[in-house]
Amino acid sequence: MRKISTPYLLLIPGMGFLFTFFLIPIFNLAQTSTQTAAGDTGLYEQTLRFQNYIDAFVENKEQFGRSFLYASIATVLALLIAYPLAYAIAFKGGKYKNVMLVLVVAPFFTSFLLRTVAWKQILGEEGFVVPTLRTLNIIAESTTLTSSAFAVVAGMTYNFLPFMTLPLYASIDRIDPRTLEASGDLYANGFTTFRKVTLPLSMPGVVAGTLLTFIPAAGDYVNAAILGSPTTKMIGNVIESRYFKIVDYPTAAALSFTLMAAILILVTVYVRKAGTEELV
Amino acid sequence: MSDVASSARGDLKLSHLTKSYGDFTAVNDLSLTIPKGSFFALLGPSGCGKTTTLRMIAGLEEPTQGTISLGATDITDTKPYQRPINTVFQNYALFPHLTIFENIAFGLRRRGIKDVEDAVIKALDLVELAHLAQRKPTQLSGGQQQRIALARAIVNRPALLLLDEPLGALDLKLRRQMQIELKWIQKEVGITFVHVTHDQEEAMTMADTIAVMNEGQIEQMGSPADLYDNPETAFVANFLGQSNLIKGTVTGNDGNNQVVDVFGQKISLQKNRSHAVDNSIYAGIRPEKFRISRLETATSGNVLTGGKVEDVSYIGVSTQYQVLMPWGQELMVFEQNDDGVAPFSVGEDVNISWEPIFTFGLRGDEDAEAGTEVNPEEDLDEE
Repeated sequence: MRKISTPYLLLIPGMGFLFTFFLIPIFNLAQTSTQTAAGDTGLYEQTLRFQNYIDAFVENKEQFGRSFLYASIATVLALLIAYPLAYAIAFKGGKYKNVMLVLVVAPFFTSFLLRTVAWKQILGEEGFVVPTLRTLNIIAESTTLTSSAFAVVAGMTYNFLPFMTLPLYASIDRIDPRTLEASGDLYANGFTTFRKVTLPLSMPGVVAGTLLTFIPAAGDYVNAAILGSPTTKMIGNVIESRYFKIVDYPTAAALSFTLMAAILILVTVYVRKAGTEELV
Repeated sequence: MSDVASSARGDLKLSHLTKSYGDFTAVNDLSLTIPKGSFFALLGPSGCGKTTTLRMIAGLEEPTQGTISLGATDITDTKPYQRPINTVFQNYALFPHLTIFENIAFGLRRRGIKDVEDAVIKALDLVELAHLAQRKPTQLSGGQQQRIALARAIVNRPALLLLDEPLGALDLKLRRQMQIELKWIQKEVGITFVHVTHDQEEAMTMADTIAVMNEGQIEQMGSPADLYDNPETAFVANFLGQSNLIKGTVTGNDGNNQVVDVFGQKISLQKNRSHAVDNSIYAGIRPEKFRISRLETATSGNVLTGGKVEDVSYIGVSTQYQVLMPWGQELMVFEQNDDGVAPFSVGEDVNISWEPIFTFGLRGDEDAEAGTEVNPEEDLDEE
């Protein structure tokens, strides 16, 4: 018998896991997505009805659009918040670098659900945000912040912020500060140095961070469920209710696949555009 | 460019430049003028403040006190990007995301210069690496990166080019080759070069003028030959090459010479090479200036008798001797192996002689060991 080399042996547990818990379920899901109801039995039978996809999409266009819109806004906001944060930790953190990184991941020590519910409190009538904004006349007396698109996006931005910050930090921290000095030495002012040196060198982190934020945000339903209203429903909420409330498995499966395909296409285009393969 | 500072040309003048970090003073009231077009070296051991001085000239550090001016323009408070000064960084600091071509074009593009391509190609030709224009920095060897860093700075035709230990990361052979090349390029482009190094041989090979720095101040400034033949302090005598410093007392004058009593033996040195302030003096002689001879051989000039060979090292072109003198000091003697005289052996009694003009005199209250304990090859990252 030929000797099997160690790396392949080491792959077996991982491959086995993926096969059992990813490939088989996804195959099942694909099967389910083309099934139709078998009379009034409550069961479904395979009829290869691809029309399921079109029906599911047409019926939920709005939620799809909303998902990608909210996820995009949350990603951009997270990037705007996380970039200066990661930059400050990497270049100005000094001996407090590790402490600051622990603080970035500290929210993970409490449950995702709990943190989202907390936002309900923060943005609620009894929180400090709404009264303050009302006093400053930034929002009208009648405006509330909970059960709104604002709350959903704010919750998503907050929840996915560490996923943006960590990859950004990792790539900004790798930048040799002397290249920034060299840029200044070569007639670039602060802003030009950022545009021509810092940002391009941190692109791997920007790409990784936006993907890690955008992908889960697009499929998220927790934030919309807790912080939103029926008018802020995202595609994740639709899939959830089709599965668990209406028990319409084929539509839920078709929606899941459509979401997956849409994300895959968007990500491919994005990575191509960002040109990360060019970077070190 | 519209900046006043960028049009500045002329001599670089540092006046009373001081840089302190808390209690530590890295550069202490340093004043010097570097003439336009010269190749100037700041030489000193790790932590002597030479890199801090360079960074202040570049604008990367703010002086605590003092001013920096270029020609008639005071540039002390201008930003690095406003100064007509470019730097070759110690580890080159090339932009890893840009091609070699774009690295060199960086400064030109920032200043909105039109014919970028022509200038970049000329700079690449100067360092003989035109064929690498489309590569990325990581695909280049250390020596090639070094030249690209040079080209990236020179292409801007700055009033002043700063070089921060640019050859430190190269191996010895490549370093020697680059020293000669740098000197040639400096003559070719006529830009003022300010070179920071801890390597005395490198400074002496390349620079017209060397300023030896120690503890944030300039010990002595002059041409390489000046510094070597007529050091004013024990630090310079020991840091630049090796010196034998023999304690003595000035007993009188003889024309243009001072007569010095060295443990009962009389030697003389030229008055203009004596930096002693009173009778107490160190007579300094470079090891290769000594002649070593058997007792029966006739000697002339300054002679010290009663030596005994302690150690002999044959190193090809020369033989190095350690000679123990009657007062307990070991003197270093380098003899060229060109006279056909059989080498001396350990234990032989010898005389040591030399021409009086090769003697320099230092203050007798100096620390004769100053500048010897630093190992210049160690610890590249200073401050």
